[in-house]
Amino acid sequence: MTTVDRILLWVIRALAAVSGVLVLLVSGFLILGAIPALRHVGATRFLLDPSWHPADPSTRATFGMLPMIVGSLAATLGAIVLVGPIGLASAIYCRFYAPAAVARWYRRIIELLAGIPSVVYGFWGLVFLVPLVMRLRPPGQCLLSGILILTFMILPTMSLIADAALGTVPAEILRGAAALGLGRWTIVRRVAMPACRSGLCTALILSTGRAIGETMVVLMVCGNVARMPRSVMDPVRTLTANIALELAYAQGDHRSALFVTGGLLLVLVLALVLSAELISGGRIHE
Amino acid sequence: MSEGGTHTDARLVLARLPRGRGEWVVSWLLAGTAASVVSVFLCILASLLHRGMSGLTLDFLLGVVRDAGRSGGIGPIIVSTLWILGVCLLAALPVGLGTAILLAEFSASDGMLGKVVRISLDVLAGVPSIVFALFGNAFFCIYLGFGFSILAGGMTLACMVLPFWIRAAELSLRAVPNDYRLAAAALGMSRHRLITRILLPTAAPGLLAGLVLVVGRALSETAPLLLTSGYVTRMPGSVYDSGRSLAVHIYDLSMNVPGGEANAASASLVLVVLLVVLNSGMTWLSERFLHGRVLQV
Repeated sequence: MTTVDRILLWVIRALAAVSGVLVLLVSGFLILGAIPALRHVGATRFLLDPSWHPADPSTRATFGMLPMIVGSLAATLGAIVLVGPIGLASAIYCRFYAPAAVARWYRRIIELLAGIPSVVYGFWGLVFLVPLVMRLRPPGQCLLSGILILTFMILPTMSLIADAALGTVPAEILRGAAALGLGRWTIVRRVAMPACRSGLCTALILSTGRAIGETMVVLMVCGNVARMPRSVMDPVRTLTANIALELAYAQGDHRSALFVTGGLLLVLVLALVLSAELISGGRIHE
Repeated sequence: MSEGGTHTDARLVLARLPRGRGEWVVSWLLAGTAASVVSVFLCILASLLHRGMSGLTLDFLLGVVRDAGRSGGIGPIIVSTLWILGVCLLAALPVGLGTAILLAEFSASDGMLGKVVRISLDVLAGVPSIVFALFGNAFFCIYLGFGFSILAGGMTLACMVLPFWIRAAELSLRAVPNDYRLAAAALGMSRHRLITRILLPTAAPGLLAGLVLVVGRALSETAPLLLTSGYVTRMPGSVYDSGRSLAVHIYDLSMNVPGGEANAASASLVLVVLLVVLNSGMTWLSERFLHGRVLQV
């Protein structure tokens, strides 16, 4: 090894160390930010306080974030219930039913949809979908709008990953099934889908992770009222939207409470990613 | 990858099959789903074009922001966006490239460090953007004292895109045939020569595809910039000034400015066209040089 080589190696190691330390830095600052609220307010008050008025000038600031937790979960669950079957159908169509030329164009369009930024989906929701929902029942900016826009936004992710998963089914298996005289749908349903079950699960889990972590779309179309929703037509505020709305001016325990929600989100999403990684045997990135 | 091959194969196998009873219902349902997905796409496109096309003039692209964005243009916004992007790339590219070289080329000697780095990157890639907003705000804006600034925004974005850039760079370095490394070793070439003269030039198209991917991601991010680079619509004078990115501008116009809809649509159109061009460029590059290995998702 020449001297230049040795210097280069150390430079590279230093750069890699920066990448390695970054995750500690991110989680460290998150924990540091969350400690004051955990100490002064405590986890039970986050769940049991009757409302979210963390910046109340009197001593009775309240930190009830249950409505927002419910808002996040409801929006995510709603979107996933819609995205699962639609995304799967889209992937099956693209992989097994569409003629080759159509499939190529269809996949191209899905990729373009995947590349549209969330703020543009949010804007479109605001000018196109919210007025439609409002005609059903005001105010229009509500849980339903959020679920629908989230669905549109996550659909390409779900479809692309499920499509890739279906593509991993070996052609021999399909040929074998065809030789047994099974019909096309039977093969897709009983052979292809079970053969890549873990890939399809991964697709669903990663989509769920995106839905929970998504900020802009829900911020723009959900109405942002921090109150427990009674129906899908009620406005909701999600955990992510709450951070985006309040961090810029929050002080003291209020600010710290936002870091607690951030930590909660991080743990949720990481648990999802980890389970996806376990299910797919660490192959999601290929 | 033989992905394309098996794909057509699977389709051929299944396409020749006789239709079972009720089979046509399934076919129509699937085709109907696909058609509605495409129609959503067309609807988004149409509604952006309808609302934003007429406002999309040269004056709009270059002019200053007036009346909170209702009139005037997006000149300073574009400049701020480019500055933020510049800071992001300046920080992320060298760190990422170094890390990718370590992961791809020194995994024998630095296996332990490589493993740690890889876990760290996998975690980072899954962190939601709003968490990066919290981190960027606490670390860059307050702890390092950058305040709401282009510098803080760009650095926060750099942290976000780092895992994706590293993955792309590592893939393209690994795509360089091993024979090249063996030949270089046989010629007694030093490690740094091998890297700078052979590996990097050979991997250049893949690196470029990764770069395009990173730029696209950085341009689409909104939430982290909202809380790190701020809202100011003036032309930025230095990286310590606050600057509003294009995505943040779209958000602000559509949410906080009554009557800002038309300009929000025009700005969205600018952003989407930029991203589509980048996206197509990346697809073309990765199909041509990386044998269709998809870097997205």
